Amino acid sequence: MLKTVGVKSVDELFDQVPRELRLDRPLQLPPALSELELESHLRDLASQNVGVSGRVSFLGGGIYDHFVPAAVDAIAGRSEFYTAYTPYQAEASQGSLQAFFEYQSLICELTGMDVSNASLYEGASAMVEAVLMAMRVTQRRGKVVVLGSLHPEYRDTLTTYVRHLGCEIVVVPTPQGTADPGDASRLIDDRTAAVVVQHPNFFGCLESPRDIFAVAKQRGALSISVFDPISLGVLRRPAEDGADIAVAEGQSLGIPLQYGGPYLGILACRQEFVRQMPGRLVGETVDRFGKRCFVLTLGTREQHIRREKATSNVCTNQGLLALRATVYLSLLGPRGLREVADLSCRKAHYAAEQLAAVAGLELAFARPFFKEFVIRSRGNAAEVAQRARIAGFDIGPALNRFPTLAAECGASTTEYLLVAVTESRTKNQIDNLANSLRK
Amino acid sequence: MRNRQATNLLFELSQPGRRAARYPACDVSARPLTELLPAHQLAEQPPDLPELTEPDVIRHFTNLSTLNMSVDTHFYPLGSCTMKYNPKRHERLASLPGLVDLHPYQDEASQKGMLAILFELQQMLGEIAGLPAVSLQPAAGAHGEMTALLTAAAYFHDRGEKRTKVLFPQSAHGTNPASAAIAGFECIQLKGRADGFVDLAELKANLDDKTAVFMITNPNTLGLFERDISKIAHLLHDVGGLVYIDGANMNAILGITRPGDFGGDMMHYNVHKTFTGPHGSGGPGAGPIAVRDFLADYLPGPIVTRTQSGGADRFQLTTPTKSIGRVRSQFGNVGILLRGYLYLRTLGAAGLKAVSEQAVLNANYLRSKLADVLPVPHGERCMHEFVASAEKSKTENGITALDIAKRLLDYGYYAPTVYFPQIVPEALMVEPTETESQQTLDAFAETIRLILSESPELLHNAPHETPISRPDEVKAGRQLLLRWKR
Repeated sequence: MLKTVGVKSVDELFDQVPRELRLDRPLQLPPALSELELESHLRDLASQNVGVSGRVSFLGGGIYDHFVPAAVDAIAGRSEFYTAYTPYQAEASQGSLQAFFEYQSLICELTGMDVSNASLYEGASAMVEAVLMAMRVTQRRGKVVVLGSLHPEYRDTLTTYVRHLGCEIVVVPTPQGTADPGDASRLIDDRTAAVVVQHPNFFGCLESPRDIFAVAKQRGALSISVFDPISLGVLRRPAEDGADIAVAEGQSLGIPLQYGGPYLGILACRQEFVRQMPGRLVGETVDRFGKRCFVLTLGTREQHIRREKATSNVCTNQGLLALRATVYLSLLGPRGLREVADLSCRKAHYAAEQLAAVAGLELAFARPFFKEFVIRSRGNAAEVAQRARIAGFDIGPALNRFPTLAAECGASTTEYLLVAVTESRTKNQIDNLANSLRK
Repeated sequence: MRNRQATNLLFELSQPGRRAARYPACDVSARPLTELLPAHQLAEQPPDLPELTEPDVIRHFTNLSTLNMSVDTHFYPLGSCTMKYNPKRHERLASLPGLVDLHPYQDEASQKGMLAILFELQQMLGEIAGLPAVSLQPAAGAHGEMTALLTAAAYFHDRGEKRTKVLFPQSAHGTNPASAAIAGFECIQLKGRADGFVDLAELKANLDDKTAVFMITNPNTLGLFERDISKIAHLLHDVGGLVYIDGANMNAILGITRPGDFGGDMMHYNVHKTFTGPHGSGGPGAGPIAVRDFLADYLPGPIVTRTQSGGADRFQLTTPTKSIGRVRSQFGNVGILLRGYLYLRTLGAAGLKAVSEQAVLNANYLRSKLADVLPVPHGERCMHEFVASAEKSKTENGITALDIAKRLLDYGYYAPTVYFPQIVPEALMVEPTETESQQTLDAFAETIRLILSESPELLHNAPHETPISRPDEVKAGRQLLLRWKR
């Protein structure tokens, strides 16, 4: 090969890198491992962790231990999907393109919205993209209204993105677990670009999105719904509540926990905003023989064409995770989704009753909730979580993990703990959790 | 063998009453949902999703998968995308219990092994970059760019400097200006020289005390190492600005030279390119960034830090003191970061350097094999990729870069990146990567020659063997059918 190139050594190929810039020593990296050694090394490290297969998980906060059917792994593990590139060459990518078109269709059915993109990174940045989109649509940049019950990491992410815009993030207080629509109404004005309502909210409680979105509409602000995809098996869809843009963390749709990602950012909106959407879109068309096929479309919104005028800088998305969600929703169908939502909701209510009956514990908020709720310990929540762990249960997160929430719960965040219940939990596990906290 | 009937949509396959997933009967109190939730919040019907059996679903998606090309099935010489082989060991190991089933909000005591892995990955990425402070949070390259620019903005703000401009060459990836715009900067595009390198005089003329960052990909998008990179960095540093290295082309220089050593102050990695995260039909990626010491306090949190007590390491999550805050929820795209970790632990220092050596050798070999039919206008030799031009064939017999790209699909090769960068007419950007054999490269070169000898009419209508051919993109953009409808 060197002879074909016309050089004497591989080193000569690097002549264009000036000598003085070359690294004159080996990189200081750990020694190379064979596959056998690597497996042993990693098994050792993995064994120092305790995941949901090691402890019964009641952990929530936006990421949940919902059951993932084996068929999801089987399809996502197909080489042709997971080692393919972004489907720019339509003729060599019809599999991915059709799957993403189906993903978009399923997300539209799920949310009631008109159009969905082909995925974003995860929930928080998807919500920020929705806010930036609302700013472009309304031509207002000065103010965004969020509820105090919004996931604190979502609010933190929004703060990071809009700080330099001089944008004020106004927080509607939620001291009793939900916002009073009257309070929201007083804070939404004709400078407001967007109102963000998470429903069910970070505490698991149901908000009143319809009332708040109606006010937003009157004042010319866009309504952004942050939803839980599983909840739509039983709850009204964001479009029916008046949302202009609906965003979500899609992890619940067949995606493993894997310590924080990769997950799936869902973003769907009304038809009139389609040209302001971020991210890739797949559209239907025909090929030169008139056969139905699918292509990436409206690329003129995107960074590779519009550069600094693009609707977003997003390029790489979460294709494989969108595929997982597509397979998951096809396996569940309408009845399966309703069952998962129904089971999660009823088991969560059973768990809430059992835990509230434990001396020293009570439900923090007397509000309707879906699959997650906050318990208050009249001691220290961290100590309650520790007792549960010793008995083999994970509950949380404790709310004092999130400094942003301090204003919402006052000085007592140390007393609050989230508990989430999915269809995967059994009555036995719930009873045993409650018993372990009685001791 | 491909099933040619199998392109119905899920919704068209749906039959009322079918289902795949079944769940156990509810084992807690029989109180119905209507007693638990307010009636006005409830949906009358669940969403109208398709109804299918598990065999329906599996056959549908399995057949769809066969309509794709992929790295496991085809050579994918896609320039600037680094489509290398993704080792199977990564898939097995990243799926181990204790890794794949870790909830991000578990207590730190139950994630010791994970924190140790992520800490070691931070260290390794810092060493390879020559930039010691690392954040693993960004979800992809563009996210990393934006994060680094916000980090730089916080640094300047802290110093009381009002720097508003980000500069980049015309050949920059579109994400560079788009990220700069999101981070609140004014974008200044430099024309550059005819040979594709940065024009120092032009750069100089655009630098002043408002200059924040110069973003540059090195090796550049022509696959050439920016010889003046040190001078460029000096010019920036002299006016108090910073240099950002777009790490898309790191596969050329691993262990050879480091962004921190050639003047870069910040960079991102594309773990899904350089360090073998599978591309997943468009993602997920991971875009960790590495920056100089003086920027460390501004990085997003959390990062993993190590303390030592009694000879034992203790790892914890901390947020830097002047952090810009979060750029997403949770820690980062850990599943992809893990694959990067496994790749680096498999290779070690010598193996990693050998990756770049082989990648550069493969690119130069293929470049030489094609030089007479698809000449490369810029440079004597290339790094890990080269940009050839089909202008000669276009002038002589009307065969364009697009024709060649589309016809390659018929012969079982994914197409190179075409018409980018724009400074090369009829551009074909080819990146073979180190994981392809000489035999594959020879066969590819032979195929290109064969294509160039075929009739132009045949090529204008190519591909002929693929499931579809030359889709009507104008129609797609005009009719905007973005979802299935009844």
